Amino acid sequence: MKTLDLIGTAISNTFRSKTRTILTILAIFVGAFTLTLTNGMGTGINAYIDDTVSGVGASDVMTVTKASDAGLGATDSGPIEYDPDAVASGQVGPPGATVVALTPDDLSVLSDIDGVLDVQATKSISADFIDAGNGSKFVVGVGSLVAGQSVVLTAGSGPDKSSDALQLVLPVSYVEPLGFDSDSAAVGETVTLAITDATRTQHFVDAAVVGVAEESIASPAGASVVPNDALTDELFTTQNIGVPTDEVERYAQASVWFSPDATDEQITALQDRLADEGYTGTTVADQLGAVKTVIDGIVLVLNAFAVIALLAASFGIVNTLLMSVQERTREIGLMKAMGMGSGRVFSLFSLEAAFIGFLGSAIGVIAAILAGTGISAALSGSLLADLPGLTLIAFDPASVAVIILVVMLIAFLAGTLPAARAAKADPVESLRYE
Amino acid sequence: MTTPIISIRDVHRSYGRGQNRFDALKGVSFDIHEGESVAIVGKSGSGKSTLMHILALLDAPTSGSVELEGVDTSTLRGRNLNTTRNRTFGFVFQQFFLTANSSVLENVTLPMKIAGIGRSERKRRGMSALEQLELDDKAKSKAVNLSGGQKQRTVIARALVNNPRIIFADEPTGNLDTATGAVVEDILFNLNRENGITLIVVTHDEELASRCDRRILVRDGLLVEDSAALVA
Repeated sequence: MKTLDLIGTAISNTFRSKTRTILTILAIFVGAFTLTLTNGMGTGINAYIDDTVSGVGASDVMTVTKASDAGLGATDSGPIEYDPDAVASGQVGPPGATVVALTPDDLSVLSDIDGVLDVQATKSISADFIDAGNGSKFVVGVGSLVAGQSVVLTAGSGPDKSSDALQLVLPVSYVEPLGFDSDSAAVGETVTLAITDATRTQHFVDAAVVGVAEESIASPAGASVVPNDALTDELFTTQNIGVPTDEVERYAQASVWFSPDATDEQITALQDRLADEGYTGTTVADQLGAVKTVIDGIVLVLNAFAVIALLAASFGIVNTLLMSVQERTREIGLMKAMGMGSGRVFSLFSLEAAFIGFLGSAIGVIAAILAGTGISAALSGSLLADLPGLTLIAFDPASVAVIILVVMLIAFLAGTLPAARAAKADPVESLRYE
Repeated sequence: MTTPIISIRDVHRSYGRGQNRFDALKGVSFDIHEGESVAIVGKSGSGKSTLMHILALLDAPTSGSVELEGVDTSTLRGRNLNTTRNRTFGFVFQQFFLTANSSVLENVTLPMKIAGIGRSERKRRGMSALEQLELDDKAKSKAVNLSGGQKQRTVIARALVNNPRIIFADEPTGNLDTATGAVVEDILFNLNRENGITLIVVTHDEELASRCDRRILVRDGLLVEDSAALVA
């Protein structure tokens, strides 16, 4: 029998006993549906984290701070000795923790460490308020981007690094309060940032809005405006008016670039070398690795439940096909009498099982995609509205294809027992009727 | 004299072992020549069905030899055996063994499907076999909706479709009334006479047996009477 005919026959045999086939397909459907949904959840959440990672920082960048002797703000070793170089930490550590400021000397030490390709100090700027000319003033933070970081934009474009014009990207939650009609309407408008210098004099800096950014939980800026380099410099200079020149260059942290193809071991080695020099290096992976591990663990457990459902369904396939073999004893005997080989008989029933698996999984996957898309849409508008950019259940074609193939494989394996029984059938026994 | 199409020598077939051993055939020998019509007659349990299964290569003898056109069939294995059965034999059964929910044409073309013949060729030859048996108007009907006579004619069409050398008919009229049975008999004997297809009928119907050229009587696993041997 030709393979194509074999497949055709297996498919048409599937529909011979419709009720039984449909019930078996339903059992597989439940398993495939669950597996697709749980898997989709893993895909969705991890995709969100990956997006976030590229926002938090590039994979070849490390945030470096100078390890403070005191470490945490509250220790049991009594009062902390005053350190004139200590500044409040911008990012790392619990509130109240201080880090020792990095000076230009530190930066040159850092750049000399083996494996460090480039060092850039993070200029921390604290603006007083933002105003778009409609009279309302809002408190705002000023974030910064290092190379490799990106913001998720809803309108406009990112800050132009090379431009001399003063530009910024506005967080989406500021669009309406500042009196703009829509995200795109805000692009191209001018806003004013107020900043106070060391002599308590307030200065106003005008900047053009070039884009509007979404606020994700780990976005580089959060609810902060993201200035371009020109604006950063302008604000930094303004802020430091009146500061003694030898005090200007004090940074809470710096970004250190290492080779993009560095292995985990090399990165750890670099962190060790930084530690030897008295610095602490933290990569983005360090910050998000734990979260990802937890999510992967949860998804794994959920997937395990779905696989259990599939295993239960596979016994349904065994049952269905055994009944089918029983019913078709005569037919199998006849086909063998007419010269159909045992191998082909085996393939016929295995293919039938695989096809049942395919139908169940395909319907399950389609239903799961529809349901998942609906659930995501409903949740992102209500329960998860605080996490913009999160699609709770996302589907990627490769993993969906893998699910269908896995289910077909399970079905095929379940079909081997009945198929072997059919292949073993003796035509003489099957055709006896006395 | 030409090589007989089937030649069996001292065929034994036993089932079980030890105390439960049962000898269905206890040493049967005869030749069948191309174009003959042979009736194998005997009561239930006489061993005639076992004999037919061995002749049709569905079963192998415990001892003794079966030659098909001078070839020792014990040398045929696996694919070769299957191909030989597919090309050489056509089967007609008392209980039809049609696939109930498939169309008449699909049932008829099954042997060609197994042989791996293409779809259009299958359809063409299937239709011409159905025409031969005046069933072409039923080609699309489901087998389950046919009358007994139509079913048996379908089975004959299926047996014919691969242009077999030998047709085995196991009680071909057993499930039919006298009139339709007579029609089916006529068709079978026509095929034998006009197409030269060797016909081997297993029956306990003496009337049907008497229409064959030759009558082989089996009792308790032994050949007790062979009309060809009497003539010789």
